[in-house]
Amino acid sequence: MTLGFLIYKIIFVLIIFAITLLVATYSTYAERKIAAFLQDRIGPDRAGPFGILQPLADAVKMFMKEEMIPSVSNRMLFIIGPGVCMLTACMTGVVIPWGPAMNIGGKVYPLQITDLNIGVLYLFGVVSLGVYGIMIGGWASNNKFSLLGAIRASSQMISYEVAMGISIIALVMTTGTLSLGQIAADQPGMHWNVFIQPLGFLIFIICAFAETNRAPFDLPECETELVGGYHTEYSSMKLGFFLFAEYINMFISSAVISTFYFGGYNMPFIARFVHDPNWLAVLGFVFLFTKISFFIFVFMWVRWTLPRFRYDQLMNLGWKILIPLSILNLLITGGWMMRSEILHFFIK
Amino acid sequence: MQALTNRSKVVAKKEMTFIEKLYLPAIFSGMIITFKHFFRRKPTIKYPEQIRPFSGVYRGQHVLKRDENGAERCTACGLCAVACPAEAITMISAERKPGEENLYREEKYAATYEINMLRCIFCGDCEDACPKEAIFLTERKVDSLYTRNELIFGKDILVESRENPIDLSKRQTPQVKEFKHHKEFAHNVVFEKKK
Amino acid sequence: MITTYLFYLLAFLSIMFGLMVVFAKNPVHSVLYLVITFFTIAGQYVLLNAQFLAAVHIIVYAGAIMVLFLFVIMLLNLNKETEPHKSLWLKLSATIASGLLLVVLVGSLKNAGTIPHPANFNTNIGLIENLGKTLFNDFLLPFEVSSILLLAAMVGAVMLGKKSIK
Repeated sequence: MTLGFLIYKIIFVLIIFAITLLVATYSTYAERKIAAFLQDRIGPDRAGPFGILQPLADAVKMFMKEEMIPSVSNRMLFIIGPGVCMLTACMTGVVIPWGPAMNIGGKVYPLQITDLNIGVLYLFGVVSLGVYGIMIGGWASNNKFSLLGAIRASSQMISYEVAMGISIIALVMTTGTLSLGQIAADQPGMHWNVFIQPLGFLIFIICAFAETNRAPFDLPECETELVGGYHTEYSSMKLGFFLFAEYINMFISSAVISTFYFGGYNMPFIARFVHDPNWLAVLGFVFLFTKISFFIFVFMWVRWTLPRFRYDQLMNLGWKILIPLSILNLLITGGWMMRSEILHFFIK
Repeated sequence: MQALTNRSKVVAKKEMTFIEKLYLPAIFSGMIITFKHFFRRKPTIKYPEQIRPFSGVYRGQHVLKRDENGAERCTACGLCAVACPAEAITMISAERKPGEENLYREEKYAATYEINMLRCIFCGDCEDACPKEAIFLTERKVDSLYTRNELIFGKDILVESRENPIDLSKRQTPQVKEFKHHKEFAHNVVFEKKK
Repeated sequence: MITTYLFYLLAFLSIMFGLMVVFAKNPVHSVLYLVITFFTIAGQYVLLNAQFLAAVHIIVYAGAIMVLFLFVIMLLNLNKETEPHKSLWLKLSATIASGLLLVVLVGSLKNAGTIPHPANFNTNIGLIENLGKTLFNDFLLPFEVSSILLLAAMVGAVMLGKKSIK
């Protein structure tokens, strides 16, 4: 690894980090605008033209608000909680391929921070750690609503991780690789995995909603029952971190869904018109972001359409419907992959 | 139980079909409905820039009119205070001294005239009751203020200034004037008759 | 060279946090230290070029089992005040029992097979392809038997969870 390559990597990491934060920031604006439009309102339109500076105003508000730490709380863990939440949210962007490799001056620059050969597992591991921030924060608040929110969050995440994992296993069986770069590269044109794994995609997207604690699965912060859920006691930028982490998670989930099931940076027919790999890389980046924006929109669209689940319904859906369905999906996938062997077995 | 009206509907709790149990069609149709709303015209009025047009007879903050010579029309007869259902109006009358003819139209005038804007319900009965065409409700909105005392408006706020008199041509049309001459149409009088 | 330093750093951290698990007064802190210990051990796996094992270690232990531990401990509401005072006999017996366990561990490790020389050690053994081939060719029966063990545990959990069995 040359020094130039190292510098490129560092710059690329910073760019991705900045983009992640920017997208998350503007997701808050988009959420408010989309919510307003779906409800026949206009939404924020005071700060700047069309309210475009609203996230800035929100951020200033978050920073300026008085910061309170409850005297009965566990001070150390109370501060660590939102930090862990933010850390795990930002860590997932590492393995996502943002575009095909660029070729400048005979050197190959991949548009991916690192193409781990266990990328899918890494993603899954980091997602499973996301619950710690919420649990630590909720417990350290020393408030019954926070604790209940934290417990709901953790049990919900554990339940839906199982179905999510099994649906990913079915996907990995068809792709034959755990590297996200390879998965994206294996879906040129319209050979998207969603056509091979429609049921798996459905399960995955439902689980993604549950894992990001978004409606209709936003039980942990269900304000009709639990005040603010795990962030009841939080204020100022620590609350901002919790809310921000949710939007980053949403962005990353959209990126993962696009990469896993919708061809990542691939777009049909583009190879016919554009031949220069660098332009392809740039266009791939744009396509990926189009897909991501669409899925972020879907996240918000669902949030402002569907009512929240009841807790027992949530658990029923997770354990009694999604897990059997994902196992069925796994069996069908396995059967399809082994079809010649099975046919051979019966014909003989 | 015997049905009292024929409007009640029997709720049928049928076993859901397989398609209904999937919930997905219902979810998608719901999402299409919200998506249609996305493109719908928004009825929002952006307030400080756009102001919704008021009706000509909107009942806002009161005004105590002056006559064509600039003298106060109010004679402190107290009919408005009697008519007021919220008992928001109080006044103290005084006798006009010689030399004040340009200030007060008649021999008696209101030394103080106060309307408690927190009590006022803006019904307009004072306007109907006034025999001297002195008090009117206008299109102006009552300001939001910080204390209760500030919201008891005295003559300094209620009486119109000589320099820019308030235009009442929209509500004080000839028809309205004609109507007001027949006092039996005023609803408190009708109410008395009914009793 | 860097890996050696990293090994010592991770080893130091894992031992330190392992001790913190034992010495922490608050059970929730203990669990969190244990999670950090798992991370350092996962780091050791990565140093051994066994990324799959590291990832699975994080997912299973840190991501699932410790969350359940935390879950239970948070619900128990353990405080310093409510902790029952342990008698001297209990402490003594615990010391003897754990000491015996240590002796057994040391003894078994001492007689374990010789560790191959680093020079002729296959560094790719921990990668997922090699691991999968080993598991599903050489150790297929034990692998499947272990899945039956999990199935039995699952059936047991369902039985316990049922309110009444007709």
